Amino acid sequence: MTYNKLKRIDLIFHEDCDCSQVLEKTFSKSNDEIINDILESGLKGRGGAGFPTGLKWKFTAEQPADERFVICNADEGEPGTFKDREILFKVPSKVFSGMAVCAKVIGAKKGYIYLRGEYRFLLPQLSKALDVFHKEIKDLLDFEIIIQMGSGAYICGEESALFESMEGKRGEPRNKPPYPTVAGFRDKPTVINNVETLVYAFMICKHGPTKFKELGTSDSRGSKVFSISGDTPIAGIYELELGMSLDHFVEEFGDGDTKAVQVGGAAGFCVPRKKFRDTIIGFEGVPTGGSMKVFNSSRSMYNVLHNYLEFFEEESCGQCTPCRVGCQQLIKGIEAVKKGEQKAAYLDQLLKLSETMKQASKCGLGQSVANSFSSIVENFREEMIY
Amino acid sequence: MAKNINIKIDGVDVQVEEGRTILDAARAINVNVPTLCYHEDLCVAGNCRVCVVEVAGAKALVASCAMPVSEGMEVLTNTLKVRAARKNIIELLLSEHNADCTNCYKNKQCELQDLASEYKTSGEQIYLDLVPLKNYTIDDFSPSIIKDDSKCIRCQRCVRTCEELQHVSALGVAYKGDKMKISTFFENSMFDVVCTNCGQCINRCPTGSLIERNYVDEVWEAIYDEKKHVVVQTAPATRVALGEDLGLEHGRVVTGKMVAALKRVGFDSVLDTDFTADLTIMEEGTELLTRLKKALVDKDPTVKLPMATSCSPGWIKFIEHTFPEYLDNLSTCKSPQQMFGALAKTYYAQKRGLDPENIVSVSIMPCVAKKFEADRPEMRSSGYKDVDYVLTTRELARMIKQAGLDFNSLPDDNYDSIMGESTGAGVIFGATGGVMEAALRTAYEIVTGREVPFENLNITPVRGMDGVKEATVKIEGTLPDWNFLEGAELKTVTAHGLTNAKSVMEKVKSGEADYHFIEIMACPGGCIGGGGQPIPTNMEVRKKRTEAIYMEDTGKPLRKSHENPEVVTIYKEFLGEPCGHKSHELLHTHYKARNRY
Repeated sequence: MTYNKLKRIDLIFHEDCDCSQVLEKTFSKSNDEIINDILESGLKGRGGAGFPTGLKWKFTAEQPADERFVICNADEGEPGTFKDREILFKVPSKVFSGMAVCAKVIGAKKGYIYLRGEYRFLLPQLSKALDVFHKEIKDLLDFEIIIQMGSGAYICGEESALFESMEGKRGEPRNKPPYPTVAGFRDKPTVINNVETLVYAFMICKHGPTKFKELGTSDSRGSKVFSISGDTPIAGIYELELGMSLDHFVEEFGDGDTKAVQVGGAAGFCVPRKKFRDTIIGFEGVPTGGSMKVFNSSRSMYNVLHNYLEFFEEESCGQCTPCRVGCQQLIKGIEAVKKGEQKAAYLDQLLKLSETMKQASKCGLGQSVANSFSSIVENFREEMIY
Repeated sequence: MAKNINIKIDGVDVQVEEGRTILDAARAINVNVPTLCYHEDLCVAGNCRVCVVEVAGAKALVASCAMPVSEGMEVLTNTLKVRAARKNIIELLLSEHNADCTNCYKNKQCELQDLASEYKTSGEQIYLDLVPLKNYTIDDFSPSIIKDDSKCIRCQRCVRTCEELQHVSALGVAYKGDKMKISTFFENSMFDVVCTNCGQCINRCPTGSLIERNYVDEVWEAIYDEKKHVVVQTAPATRVALGEDLGLEHGRVVTGKMVAALKRVGFDSVLDTDFTADLTIMEEGTELLTRLKKALVDKDPTVKLPMATSCSPGWIKFIEHTFPEYLDNLSTCKSPQQMFGALAKTYYAQKRGLDPENIVSVSIMPCVAKKFEADRPEMRSSGYKDVDYVLTTRELARMIKQAGLDFNSLPDDNYDSIMGESTGAGVIFGATGGVMEAALRTAYEIVTGREVPFENLNITPVRGMDGVKEATVKIEGTLPDWNFLEGAELKTVTAHGLTNAKSVMEKVKSGEADYHFIEIMACPGGCIGGGGQPIPTNMEVRKKRTEAIYMEDTGKPLRKSHENPEVVTIYKEFLGEPCGHKSHELLHTHYKARNRY
C-alpha cells in the first residue's frame, strides 16, 4: 500500500492570474494539443465519479453535431460539501476560463452554469464577474456563458436530471446510454463538469500537465479541494494532495477522539477508526467529491445513518422502485430494529435490499445509498440495535 | 436497412437490428423478461426496474427495456443475482401497494399480482407495509374514471399515455422521494381538470389504480326490476373486442354471440348503436352539404368550415378545453350513443307503447368518456336522462361471466327491432376513418346520384394506422341541385389519438390547411382502441380489431347508411327530414368552452 503524506497545496485559490492572457496562450495551441495536455495530466472529474476529463472532452468533440454545449455543474448538494461555493466566490474567472477552454476544444458556442438554488446569493457577484469575463474574451472566442438557477432538488446534480431541469422539465435522471457526450442538454453532445474540475483544467492549461501530474498517485493525480466538517477543531476548506491515508488526515484534522470519517458525504463511505490506516483517499481507495465529515465518540452512528436516510428518502426523485421504496424501507427498517419491533437479523435483509438498490437503481443516487448504509451498518451494527 | 447486431442471451445467439433493446432481443427468442412500466405504445421509462438483467462487463444490472444492444453483448436473464433483485423489487412494490386483492376491481387482471404469484415463494410480506403511512384518498368524483393512489406503483404508464398519445397531460408526476405520486393540476379531482375521460390511462394501468366507474350492479338491478323495460345498444367496436375478455382471440367478430348473451343476461330489447351511426351519417352528411352550400352559394360568412365530427366524447371535451374558439366548427350532431338514447325514450317508446319513464337505456361502449357524455346536462332531450347507464366492453364481459354463460358456445342471435338494423357504414364507425368513409359513401351519392368512385366502396385512403390521413375527393357529374359543387375538391383529414388531433387543429388554426371535413377520434385506432376495450390494447391488437371491423362491413348486404330501411322508416314516420325540426330537437346539441387547465 502506497500513500502520500498529507500535504497542503495552494493551486486554486492563491494565485491571482490574468485569465485572458492564459487563454490567449492556450488558444494558440491546437484542440488536439489541449486535449492531450488534459489527458496527460491524468485529471479525473472532481464531482466524485472520477471520469477522465480529457476523455470526456475528446468524446464530445468527436461526436458529429451542429451544436454542442459545455455545462458547469454547480449544483453542489452533497451533504458536507461546500468547496464549489468557495471556488465560485473567490475565483469565478478561473471557472469561466475552464469553460472557455472546453468550449474551444469541443466547439461550443454556449455554456451554462447550473447554480444550486441555495447559492442564489452568489448570483449578483457572479453575474458581474461574468460581464467582465465576456468583455475580456470578446476577441478571443465566440462563447457566451449563461447562469441557470437550480431550484433545490439534490437529484438535479445528477447530470441527466440536470439537463431535464435545464430544459424546464421535472428533474429526473434519464436512461443511459446515451451518455451526455452523445446526447446531453437538448440532446446535443455536452460536456458537463464539476466546478472544481473546470478550474483544474484551466490550471493545467496555465502550468502544463507535468506540474499537476507530479502531485498525487498514479490513479489519483493532482490535488483536490476538501470540505472538512464535523468534530474537528479546524473545519473549513483545504486543498490537499490526493492519495493521503485517512490516518494522516485524522491526525491533522481530528480532535483526538475520532471514531469515524464519512468520506464523500451521504452518498459516500463511512470509515471506522480501525480502518483509517489502510484507507487511501483517492480513486484507488475511497473517492470523494470533497466532503470529509469527522465524527468523534460522542456521536451515535445510528443517528448519523438515520439522518442520511432521511435525506435520501426525501431527495430521491421517486421514479424508480429500488430507490423510492428502498429508501423508505431502509429508514423504517432501522427504526423498527432500534425499537425492537424487528429482530436484529432484519438488518441483514436490509443489507440485501441495499445491494439490490446498488445493482438495480436507475441512477447514481439510488446506487450509492448502499455505500453509507452498508458501511455504517456493518461497522457499527451494535449501535443500530442497542 | 439497419445494421444487424449479434448478441448472446442465456447462451443463445441472437441477431437483432441495431437500435433495438435487450428486451426486444429476448422476446425475439421467446425469453420472457418481466416488465411493468414498459408498454409497446409508449416511450421507454425504465423506472420499475423489474426487467433488470446481467450484462457481462457491466458494473451493475441493467434495465433490459432501456438498454440498446451492442455487438458481442452477453446477457443473462435469469441468474441468482437477477432473481434476487427482481424479487426484492417486487417486494418493494408490494410494500407500497394496497394489496387488498380480493376487494379490488382488477383482481386477477393485475400485472403486479401476476408477478407476485410468479416470484413470491414465502407467504410473508418481507418489508414493512407503507400504505397505512400515506393517508390516501380515492378520487371518485368523475363519472368516468376512479383514481386510487393506494394501488399505484408509479410506473408512469398513465402519465406517458396522457402526454404522448393524447397531448392532454391531465396526469403528471408530483412531489419527489417518498411523497412522489401521480397527480393532476393542483391535485384537483380528475373531474375538475383537462382530463378528456378517454380512459387510455385505464387501459394501460397495470394495477387497479385507475379504473372505470362501473355500473354493473345498477344495470342488474334495472334488469330485475319488473316495472322497467331495459333496452341496450351496442357500439360498433364492442363486437370485435368483447371475445378477448372471454377467452377468445384478438379481433374475433362476436356480434351474434354478444346479442345472444345480452338476451340471456335479461335485457328486454337488444338494439344496435350502428343504427344511429347510420342516422348520424344522414344528419351529419346533410349538415356538411348544407354548410358547403351556405358557404359557396349563399356566401354566408358565419358558416364555419372545416366541419369536424362530433362522435367521440373524448375529442369533444378536448376541443372544449384546448380549442374552444373552434366549437362552432364541430358538427352539432350528437354522438350515435346519444341519438340512440334520445330516440329510445321517444320514438321507440311510442312505437312500442311504453312509458318513457319506465325505460332504462343502457349502452355497451368501447369507451370510458361515454359515461361522462351520458351525464352531460344537454343529454336529456327526451325529457329524461337519454342514456341511463354506460357499460364498457370490459364491464359487459364481467356481466356475462357473472351470469354464468359459456360465451363461446352461445348460438348467434339477431338484434331486435326497431333500431336494430344497420349497414356496413354504421359498423365502420368503430375504426379510425370509418365516419369519414361512411359519410363520403352517402354524401357523394346524394350529390352525384352515383356511388363513390372507390372499388367495392372501400375508401382506403382514410383507413389504416397512420396518425393523420389527408384525402381529397373530386366531385364530378353532380345532380342539378348540387351543381355548385361540380368539379370541387372535397378536402378531408382523418386523425386518431388526441396528439394527432392537436396537430391537425394547429394546422387549421395557422391557416396551413384548408380542409372541409375533419374526422377525429380521441383514441388511437379509433373506437376499436377505446379506453373501455379489453386490456391489453396495443398496435397489434388494434390492427386485428380493425381488420375484423372491415370484415364485418364487407359481409353486410347493405353498406351505405341511407339504404338502412329502418333509417328510411324513421324519417318517414317520425323525424321528417335530416336536419329538420324534430332532428334538431332530439339529435343535435351544443358545446361549451372549458378551462385550459
